[in-house]
Amino acid sequence: MQRFEERPLLKVENLTKQYGPGCGECSQPGRPGLIKNYCPSCGTVYACSDVSLDVYPGEILGIVGESGSGKSTLMQCLYFDQDVTSGTLTIDDPELAGENLFDVSSQRKRYIRNHKYGMVYQNPVKGLRMDFSSISNIAEKQIAAGGRHVGQMQSAGERLLDVVSIPLFRMKEEPRNFSGGMQQRVQIAKALSNDPPILFLDEVTTGLDLSVQAAVIDLIKQIQRDLGISMIVVSHDLAVIRMLADRTLVMLNGRVIESGLTDQILEDPNHAYTQQLVYSLL
Amino acid sequence: MKAEPQFAFLDEGSKKEIRRATLKAVAIPGYQVPFASREMPMARGWGTGGLQLTCSLVGKDDVLKVIDQGADESVNAVSIKKLIRATTGIPVTERTEEASLIQSRHRIPEVPLTKDQILVLQVPMPEPLRKYEKKESVTKRLHAESEYSGAWLMLFEQIMKYGRTTTGADHPVLVNGRYVMAPSPIPRFDNPKMDHSEALILLGAGREKKIYAVPPYTEIRSLAFEDHPFEGEDFSGKSCRFCGATGVFLDELYIQETGMTEHQCNDTSHCADRLGRQEEKEVQHATI
Repeated sequence: MQRFEERPLLKVENLTKQYGPGCGECSQPGRPGLIKNYCPSCGTVYACSDVSLDVYPGEILGIVGESGSGKSTLMQCLYFDQDVTSGTLTIDDPELAGENLFDVSSQRKRYIRNHKYGMVYQNPVKGLRMDFSSISNIAEKQIAAGGRHVGQMQSAGERLLDVVSIPLFRMKEEPRNFSGGMQQRVQIAKALSNDPPILFLDEVTTGLDLSVQAAVIDLIKQIQRDLGISMIVVSHDLAVIRMLADRTLVMLNGRVIESGLTDQILEDPNHAYTQQLVYSLL
Repeated sequence: MKAEPQFAFLDEGSKKEIRRATLKAVAIPGYQVPFASREMPMARGWGTGGLQLTCSLVGKDDVLKVIDQGADESVNAVSIKKLIRATTGIPVTERTEEASLIQSRHRIPEVPLTKDQILVLQVPMPEPLRKYEKKESVTKRLHAESEYSGAWLMLFEQIMKYGRTTTGADHPVLVNGRYVMAPSPIPRFDNPKMDHSEALILLGAGREKKIYAVPPYTEIRSLAFEDHPFEGEDFSGKSCRFCGATGVFLDELYIQETGMTEHQCNDTSHCADRLGRQEEKEVQHATI
């Protein structure tokens, strides 16, 4: 396939996030002696250990794993919600070329969040301001990215609300009046409002009923097709991953245990845990 | 034995601490400097921040003016003047030009201030981002990172809901191109007076324990979107019913007897001054 000749848009190498000081026993290569991701001698938790991944332009990368496997921590580290313990992150962008983005100042991290990233949280309360109107919620991201023209931001917001099928006569309503599926769609519109090259989706369909899930997945697929945005999709739902992701990583105890084309992983899982995961679903 | 009252009420240690915070505030225009707000013989929320600034600054050669919503004779203004006069013995005045120290609530006087004057403003809510973000730890970080989307978002929301910005007072300003600041609840009409002001402007919030400052000749820009320019209150075609002044901040009054609305100067000393001069002229004409 052609994409293997392309340069990755986002490249993560050896990302480690630990909670605790670490000790002589658990700091050794390979980290022997851990119980799952927990060091019994010093109490350190390794939420992510040596995670490396590439995201290519226009592709959707899926991350699956059970609760506590480190997939949300990974997402939060990539979105700078949390600081990493070690590792490098580079984005193929002329403004940011060659920099390890985990090391830049917090102002610069904020700039990257506002200009290069979009994020859709599992819980809309985290991603939306429930007491501001929907159109203002979308404008917030544009304002953060330097928008200072009300007319332009309003028309861009209206266009996005149309994309996510929110009726325009409700745009001045606060999202707290909306159903869960509508809130999630407003969140997606907000995440898209600064035309980000990279979009993070954290368990976006969890807690939605099946028909709404299907609508949200359709929407994400359509956005990828039309806008060519690269996405990282975290989910514990293999059906969602199967429908969305081109490639998939499987995480267990803070490590990537398997990666490859989504179909390949779901049809022919290698690692024992992945086999168990796939067969318990089907 | 009755102890001698301290000059300007506060003990010298407290004054020193407040002056230190003030110096820091002047050094970082628009930055809110925390300080240990003292108990004052006045309820918090009644101007204790401004009063502490005044007490820390006042010297024996000062002349004090205190205004409350433009009025020199309101209870709050009179009480503050009494306290300062009783503890310092310095003269008080109603004429803006004569004062070296002016403490004010919610107005900047109509008469332009000079480099020899200090304006102290009382602030109820010093944090311009508070409505957007409740946590102080977060707003501190937002200021540090110069992230002011929240202030703009509040204006955007007003335009979406009402077609224009609806800040009656306390319209946020950008100080020296760096910090967004609450100018205290002065009307939008007064915001431009802060820009490149010759006088030092100090703002004190007693309840919130913050002091901040606009040093002389500092650029103050009121936040406004490109297609919604900043506008002060419009009084065109209206004038004061007593002194006939135009181009000043006017109060609108409903006169019950006539059922009409009339306008009068909000700055009472400015109005009285104009009336006095008009009378003087009339007397001169009469004697000639």
